[in-house]
This record gives sequence, C-alpha cells and structure tokens, in this order.
Amino acid sequence: MSKTPSALVLGGGSTGCGIARDLAMRGVDVTLVEKGNLTHGTTGRMHGLLHSGGRYAVSDQKSATECIEENRVLRRIASHCVEMTGGLFVQRPEDDDEYFEEKLQGCRECGIPAEALSAEEAREMEPYLAEDIERAIRVPDGAVDPFRLCVANAADAIEHGARVETHAEVTDVLVEDGEVVGVEVEHASDGGSADGLDSFVHGEPGTTEELYADYVVNATGAWAGQIGEMADVEVAVRPSKGVMTIMNVRQVDTVINRCRPKGDADIVVPHETTCILGTTDEEVEDPEDYPEEGWEVDLMIDTLSELVPMLSEARTIRSFWGVRPLYEPPEVGSEDPTDITRDFFLLDHDERDGLPGMASIVGGKLTTYRMMAEDIADHVCERLGVDAECRTAEEPLPGSEDFSVLRDWMDEFGLRSPVGLRSAERLGSRIDEVLGEWDGPNPTVCECEAVTRAEIQDAISQSGTELNAVRIRTRASMGNCQGAFCCHRMANELVPEYDEPTARDALDDLYQERWKGERHALWGEQLSQAMLKHHLHATTMNRDGDPAATGEEIDFGAFDAGESEGELSDTSGGDRSGDAVADGGRRTRTDETEGDADGDS
Amino acid sequence: MAIREDVLVVGGGIAGATAALAAAESDAKVRLLSHKKSTLRQASGLVDVLGAIPRGGSTDGSGAVSDGAAPADEGSTDQSELVADPLAAIERLPEDHPYRVVGADGIRNGLEIFDDVVGDAYEGGHTDRNALVLTHGGTVKPTARYPQSVAPGLASAEKKTLLVGFAGLTDFDAPAAAAHLDAAGVPFDVDGATVTFPIQFRDDALTTRFAKALDKDQSGVRKRLADVVSEQLDDHERVGFPAMLGDDAGEEVRADLEDRLGAAVFQIPTGPPSLLGMQLEDLLFDALDAAGVRISSGNLAVGYEANDGRIESVLVDQRGNEVPYAAEEFVLATGGLVGKGIDSDRESVTEPVFGCHVPHPEDRYDWSEPAAFGAHAFARFGVVPDGDLRPTDGSGSEEFENLRAAGGVLGGADTAREKSAAGVSLATGAHAGRRAGEEATR
Repeated sequence: MSKTPSALVLGGGSTGCGIARDLAMRGVDVTLVEKGNLTHGTTGRMHGLLHSGGRYAVSDQKSATECIEENRVLRRIASHCVEMTGGLFVQRPEDDDEYFEEKLQGCRECGIPAEALSAEEAREMEPYLAEDIERAIRVPDGAVDPFRLCVANAADAIEHGARVETHAEVTDVLVEDGEVVGVEVEHASDGGSADGLDSFVHGEPGTTEELYADYVVNATGAWAGQIGEMADVEVAVRPSKGVMTIMNVRQVDTVINRCRPKGDADIVVPHETTCILGTTDEEVEDPEDYPEEGWEVDLMIDTLSELVPMLSEARTIRSFWGVRPLYEPPEVGSEDPTDITRDFFLLDHDERDGLPGMASIVGGKLTTYRMMAEDIADHVCERLGVDAECRTAEEPLPGSEDFSVLRDWMDEFGLRSPVGLRSAERLGSRIDEVLGEWDGPNPTVCECEAVTRAEIQDAISQSGTELNAVRIRTRASMGNCQGAFCCHRMANELVPEYDEPTARDALDDLYQERWKGERHALWGEQLSQAMLKHHLHATTMNRDGDPAATGEEIDFGAFDAGESEGELSDTSGGDRSGDAVADGGRRTRTDETEGDADGDS
Repeated sequence: MAIREDVLVVGGGIAGATAALAAAESDAKVRLLSHKKSTLRQASGLVDVLGAIPRGGSTDGSGAVSDGAAPADEGSTDQSELVADPLAAIERLPEDHPYRVVGADGIRNGLEIFDDVVGDAYEGGHTDRNALVLTHGGTVKPTARYPQSVAPGLASAEKKTLLVGFAGLTDFDAPAAAAHLDAAGVPFDVDGATVTFPIQFRDDALTTRFAKALDKDQSGVRKRLADVVSEQLDDHERVGFPAMLGDDAGEEVRADLEDRLGAAVFQIPTGPPSLLGMQLEDLLFDALDAAGVRISSGNLAVGYEANDGRIESVLVDQRGNEVPYAAEEFVLATGGLVGKGIDSDRESVTEPVFGCHVPHPEDRYDWSEPAAFGAHAFARFGVVPDGDLRPTDGSGSEEFENLRAAGGVLGGADTAREKSAAGVSLATGAHAGRRAGEEATR
C-alpha cells in the first residue's frame, strides 16, 4: 500500500478551513497553516451577510445562482452559524424603476424566491424604514457568523484527522526539481499556547519548520499574491478595502439592501445583538497597510440613514475594515474594483505557469466558501488520484447536528434564561459538551453578549492564550461596552492554567485590539462609554501606571503606610511609619518619611 | 409658587455635593439638583487627589512635565510616574489644569470638607502623602483618602498578605492578583486563594448579594467564611477580600472576621457595582441633609433663562414641562463625559445645560490617540474656567457672571491617568461653592 496522499492548505479563512474539512473527509492527510488566528484575514472582517444572491441577480447571474444554492446548503449544515433574517431590496424615490424590475426578474431567473412588496408592506416588516420609500423586494438573505463557521470547519477537519496550525506564517514555498513540495513556516513566538493539547498551535514558538506534502493549496485570499511571489508565479489579486460600522442594537431585524445598481453604503445586516452597516469598495496596495478613514464611517451613517433614518442619531460601537481578495483574469482589465467579478478562480500553476504541485484559489465570497472548497478539493483529489465523493454539502458541521429540541436552559445549566438562550444559539448542538460537562460555578463573564465561564474555557482550550481568538469564538467583549467590564475577567480565566504575566500580556493585546475599532465610533454615547472604560481600567485598576508593566521602581516607604500601622504591626521588622500623631492627624508627616517627601517635591 | 434659592447646584456627584456643602457654610439657602444616580456606583470609592504624572501627557505644549523633576528618556511616552506627594506635584501639571486654578490651598479646603463629611469612615487625613492601595486588577494605586476597611491593606505596610477571591466572582482572581502584585514589587509576601462562598447563590450573583448575606449573618455565614479562609491562613498577617464584606454593617462584619481569623481583614476596591462608591454617596447625601441643603432629584436640567449676562433660572424637565429653578448664583457640576455633563456628536463637543464653550480638535480623529492608554484629548474635554472657576467663552470672557463650574465638567485634567478625579471634584467644588455662597449672601 502506498502512503496516504497529503495536502497542505495555506490560509485559515473560510475557504482554507472549508478545503481542509473537505479533503480530510475524503481521507486526505491535511495540514492547514495560518499566520494569525483562524479568520485573521478577510473572513473575520466581513459584514456577516448570507447572500440570497439577490445582490448579484442583475450584474452577475452565475454568482447569484451559486449564492442561492449555497444559502440553502448552509442553512442545513451550519444552522447554528446562520440566522435567517430575510432581506429586502428597498427602492427610494430617486432610485431607478427599471432597475427594480430587472432585479425582480433577475432573482426569478436565478431561482431566488423574490416577492415585490408595497412600501406599506415593507414598513410592516421593518417599521424604521424611511417614510418615503417606494417599494421593496423580499429575498431570503440571512446573517452568518463567519467566526463560528470557520472554527466549526476547522474543528471538523481535526475530527477527520487534519492538523491545524495557527500563528504559523509561511516564509517560503519549497520547490524541488521544478515542483512545489511544501512550505517553510515560522511559528510565532507570541501567539497562542504551545502546550495546550487541544490548541491549534503545536509548533515550538519562535522556530521554523518545513512542511512537505503531495499538493499545496494557496487559499490565502488577499495575501495569495505574496505566496505566489515565493514560488515565482504571479497571482494578481486586487485587494479592495471596505468599511463596516457596527451599531449598538438591531435597528432592523431584516437585511436591508438599497435597490440600485451599485454603490457604497447600501446594506444593513442585523448580526447577533448589533447591526452592521456596509460598505465601501476601494482598491488598496497592501492588504495589511491601508488608511482607515473617518469619511468612510460618515458615509455609512449618512447614506444608510436615507433608508433607515434613525441611524443618523443611533449609537455606533466601532468600525472595522476588511479587504476583499478580488481577482479577475488579467485580460479583463477593470478600472473600478466594483466592476470586478465576485466569482472565484482556481489557478492551477502547473497548467498556467508550468509549476506543478500547487494551485491558488482566489476571488469568491463567504456564502459560497463550501462550493469553492469542493471545487478545489475535487481538483486536488484528481491530482492525488484520490477517488472520493465530496460530502460537505450533506454532513452538518459540529454544533449543527440534529438540534431541534426546545429545552429549558435555565434549569438545565443553572443559567438565567437569556444567558442560556444566547449560549445555545452560539454553541448549537455542542451545548451539552460545553455547558453540560462543566464542573464548578459558571458565572457570566461577558454580560453584553451573555458568555459564561464554561464557554470561555472551552474557547481557551481550543485557542490557547490568545484572547482575540477567544473573543471571536464566543463574542465576549464584542458588545456595547467593548470589553470595559470583561476584558480583565477574560484574562483572569487564563489563570492558573497559564501564568500571570501571560494573562496580563493577553489582556493588553485584547484591550488594544478593541480600542483600535472603538476609535472609529468616538462620539455621543460611545465616547461616554469609552471614557467609563478608561476610568475603570486606568483610574480603578491603574493599568496604565502599573509598576509591574512600566518597570518603575517604587519607593514604597515614601507612601503612607496607614495611621494605625504602628499599633497593629508587631511582627514584621520593617515598619517604616511612626506612631499615630496626637493632634488629630491632619497634614502631619511621620518622621521617617519626611525627608523623602521633601526630596521628591 | 416659584422655586428660588440663593445657590443652585446642578449635579449630584462629589463635586456637586461638595459645592453645596461649601455654599451652605455661608448660610446661603442651597438647592442641589441631581438627575439620576451619580457615577459613584461605578467608582472605586477611593479619593484620589493626584496619583500619577502621566509622562508625555502634555498634548498642547502647555508645560506638563516641565520642571526637570520628571524622569526623562523613557522609551514609552504613555507610562505614568506614581506620585507620593500630591500637593508638591501639582506644579508639574499643565497650566490649564483645574488644580493650577485653585492651588494646593484649594485642594486642602476640599479635603477638609471631605474629612468632615466622612469622619471615621475614611482614613488618610493624618498625612499629605498618598497611600498605595491594592487594586482588583492586581497592582497598586496612589490615593489620598481610603475607606477604613481598605486601610489595613496598604502596600507600604510590610505584612504577609493573603488575598481571597471567590469562585463565582470573575472580577477578581486572587492568585493572579497576588502574582501580579509580586511582579509590581510590593514589599511583602503575598499569596492568593480562591474559595467557595459558604452560601450558594446563582452563579453570576453580584457582590451586593454577598454583602447582604454577611450584613445579616445569614445562616451563620460569617463563621463559615472564616472557617473556609482559616484553612488557607497559615502565618499571613492580613487577609484581603474584594469589597463585598457587608454593606450597612460592613465594619461589624470586618471586625467579626478579624476576631475569628486573628488577622487584619481589609477590602480591595472593585469596579461596578462598587459598594464603596455607593457608601460614599450615602455619606455625602447624609451630610447634605444635615447641612440643610434641599435636594431635588430625578429630573434633568435642560436649559436656562438669562438676562444681561446673569443666569436667572435653570429649566428642569418635569414630565415634559420646563420648570424654572431660580437662584442668585449657580454651580455647574454635571460631570464629564461619563456623567453626561459633556456631550458630543460627530462634529462637536458641547456642554448641554448652559451651552458653555468646550474647546476640542476639529477632526474627531484627533480626539483620541492610537494607544489605548495614550494622552487622549477626549479625557481632558470640558469647559475652560477663569481664575474664579467661571466657564469662559472662546475669547476668554466669562460665559455668565454668576455661573461657576466644578468637577468633571471642567476641562484640562486627564483624571483617569492622573488618578485625580475625586480630588478635582473636591477642590473645585469647594471653591465654586464657597464663592457662590459668598456672592449670594453678600
């Protein structure tokens, strides 16, 4: 018997995780490497729309048809990651009538259930739509949690024997005799745990490792060009940035799209406890270094207020940017990134560049990640001579297996019912494993998002000490207060498994990451919230003046040791303060410290 | 019948209460308006005067860290230097800092009012020096006045210390805090233990539930708690708990535990809901009652009526009606960004009651710094006082002849990084209230 064929997947986004799961289920020996944590790139930075295909029903009917097919598949296999909110394409008076008809027709041609609604009917569904809208089209858009989806794919890949390495950056593509044979990765010295058994980090921190495989798949999205360069092949990804602005509550419960050909700021997606406004579309040079600008945030609020007027006065809690991995064959030559197709491309570097052993997958979108993964897994299996059917469209992801029984969460796990409900929504069929098997008190760690200790500990067991990875798994610190009340509690959960300095570093990283996005929402209520957070962490905890962090040598003897110190202390030899003074005590220093006082004044 | 007083104080936090008490000393008739619960329930209950000089904290070249006493060439510009002697350090603050207006004497006056209000409930008045108090995040913080129950835990007292946390309280992890304090270089041995509270509450019960049970000694909980803790005690000389050791009967609970344990027992201030903060609020309102200050709470001040540069009344929203509250002199003590005394939208920063001028950078991206603990401009947002704490307009003239401001609504102080919030409120509240009283009764 020959050995099991092996594949190496580069990139821990939805596509990479989807490919890893698909190949692992077909019996391929898979290793996935990701330079950050899972969803580090574009997957973790999208608006969370589960497309019905309606958005592409006029401009790109192939994509639209794929979207509605995969929309149905994900509802089946990833029910715990999906909320079927429904969607509306809303026409305003200034929007083209003809386009509305084309949209309706296009949806029908692509098999997307679509129904025209009057303005009154639309407002019955979404009371905060503007008074002057003309009409709307109802489609089966939904919301999808990209983090949960990605993690569930990775977890199932591991279940089927895959190895998943996060914080392992590809530093070289290994080519031998004109063929790609593997990659060299560098294991980050500061991310995740090296020893957690269930962690996605296995390599020794700070070391490099050469990984060999029969086939390499470059699924690094916006970073695919950089991997291509390492192998001397050109992959002309055109990264395009877009802003997303998060609101504090769900002003709408339905996905609201603007019904016009294309444009910035034309969608509101209800997502968990929030709404996400999107987006812009601007080509950037470097997917990791591009300007994040206030005008983009203003544009979201001002333009989308035309559809939902209350947004102009509503509270936003942060903004973030994502980079689309757009690709088009070089001969097309679109000037405007909004004209570039959202379709995906499989680039076989053997056929294309005469470099066997590797393929890149570029373009596409989260809704069709599974279909993209299936395509490339078919390709890899063909190259590896593996004869196995794709099963990812039928087999539910972990968390979405037969989970339909309504239960009383409060009684079952001792949780207040809203906390239990939210936990169940996130964990799906894993709830028994995560909450049911938890031993010990299970307090709520993050109140905004109702995340309990058991769920945090489950995430830590998967992702080690990186609290940002815990955050994306659980949503802890992603609510209104942006971690003001829970960042430090999350860090406390790392102890005693990890030592205190590790927990403190993890807290600093999480706190700074939260701050980055909060800066885009600093006015009104959210500025007030940010000031409270600043007080809780700087005033009450003194994290900014912490001698353990600043390295400042404190002369403890120069500070007040207490009025009654003299009487109580008779055991420790090093008392510095004198007796209590007799004159009522105000403004009188003890003898020994007086000299110091003058010295530093 | 029209409501009329000599002095009307708008705002019910430390600054407003201090201003009202200071005004009442001159025998003026004083009324205090408060909208809702003050921000004290979110505050630690410590009274910081000036705990740190933020390094590189001057955003406008106005003279912070100017006298050469500050350590130079530190790699990071966002660290703070802890201060042992707050009154001596105020000259190192920026010139537009409220402390530079009221001076060290102003701070002393504020502390004097405070010390009278709290009596034995607080300590620290025996010295000008700051004390280093343990924080629930596991480090130390300089503060000027601290609750009696916090006093046995000061970091400068070299006593072997045991910290006790509870399995269901996520805000304070005793072993982590102990290790952290060790890293901060405290001059004593410190250990941490997580124990199970003897009474089973729902898993996410707040500290207030623990406190009530201890107050009432429900099911003999004090003895049972002491038994649990004594298993960990060994030769530790003092035992620190997160601030949950009783509320109304806090001192009794603590004495009881000290008795049973044979060691000193102290509390570590926590975040919200902060029992120590709420207890301070009670002390302040008791003092206001005793001083004869009238209190109107529950309604928001929404505007004012003025004539010839003088405010005649403040308009208060009462179920949709704007009711005028008239007075001779007014004190604005509505708080900062947290207390909503300062408001903002995408373009501007405002003071909502009187529309006083609040300077701010034009581009809102200049309101904050990229580093989370940076020298944020927003932390210093507020009205600009003249030498008598009267808010000024953009040209430096007083907005109104008879309006003074106190506390968080004043700009120029980064009270979070300086650890100066309560001190600024006390010092400016004392000044504004005293001056308002003098003017009104002249």
